[in-house]
Amino acid sequence: MSDPKIEGYTFKPGFKGMAEDTGSDQTIFKGVHWGKAMMWIFLLSDTFIFSCFLISYMKGRGSTPVEWPNPSEVFALEVGGVPVPLLLIAIMTFVLITSSGTMALAVKYGYEKNKKKCGWLLLATALGGLTFVGMQAFEWTKLIHEGVRPWANPFGAQQFGSFFFMITGFHGTHVSIGVIFLSIYAYKTFAGHYDTRKRGWFTSIKGDYVEIEILGLYWHFVDLVWVFIFAFFYLW
Amino acid sequence: MSETKKQEQTSTHKIGIYLWIWGLLFVLSFFSYMVDWFQFQGLLRWTLILTFMFLKAGLIMAFFMHLFWERYALVNVLLWPMTAIACFVFLMVAEFRYTLFTRLFYFVVGG
Repeated sequence: MSDPKIEGYTFKPGFKGMAEDTGSDQTIFKGVHWGKAMMWIFLLSDTFIFSCFLISYMKGRGSTPVEWPNPSEVFALEVGGVPVPLLLIAIMTFVLITSSGTMALAVKYGYEKNKKKCGWLLLATALGGLTFVGMQAFEWTKLIHEGVRPWANPFGAQQFGSFFFMITGFHGTHVSIGVIFLSIYAYKTFAGHYDTRKRGWFTSIKGDYVEIEILGLYWHFVDLVWVFIFAFFYLW
Repeated sequence: MSETKKQEQTSTHKIGIYLWIWGLLFVLSFFSYMVDWFQFQGLLRWTLILTFMFLKAGLIMAFFMHLFWERYALVNVLLWPMTAIACFVFLMVAEFRYTLFTRLFYFVVGG
């Protein structure tokens, strides 16, 4: 947060503030931790990657004259013999949003230097991510057993499989990487590395709770991407 | 520059705002699931899906990712490149329509 009280810079809102920042002959992102700015730039590039996937999916789906598989039926789950449409996907969405909420609170408690709450919330977030990846593995297994392949599937247009595995696979990889880092940061929080300003493994820069916010940006981005995948791939 | 400054004071946002956004995200996700549940079709379906999607994305970016409180210098660097994506979507819509047209056309007239 570019909060003057945190970082000692005056904060002028809106375009006026932006004009002063860019015209100051100094660093533009005043009071923004360099790691946070870099994470944002990375997320911007990641946005372009996911956009390319989703746009190629749009083009593939739009240009085939063959009927597209109905996601509502393909991703249905049988509960007591009755197929419930998109049940697993809905649960996955709620799990990911829950973990996003715990992450937001972890960032808040991190800035308040509340080590215990921050650490436990990070662990809860990691657990949510792990649950999500687990359910995705289940979903992949189910579809592969039903004969969905990147080059063929029994439901309709053949392009379906390749887009499905590519997009959800890339997203799942992001979640998995997030879970690994959440676990590492939870350990670092509990061990008090941010209170004692202990250095990280590959850096000479001292640890700070702002790192939790940077990790949080990544995690919220993973949730953000899922919002778009859920809308375009599963609901459309 | 800033990271070398000692950060003595802490100031965070109230927990209420996070809980509110969290709740709203749940409600919006539930609504978008209901779009499929009630099997809305056509224009209504697409409008509802896009509305809920952009609302959710906006809430996450503005409050969970703190963009609402961020300096405009950063916010604008992040958001303007998105217009390139919008242009790309526009181009590819024209492209897939043309591809679909040629496929259907040559399926009928036979090469």
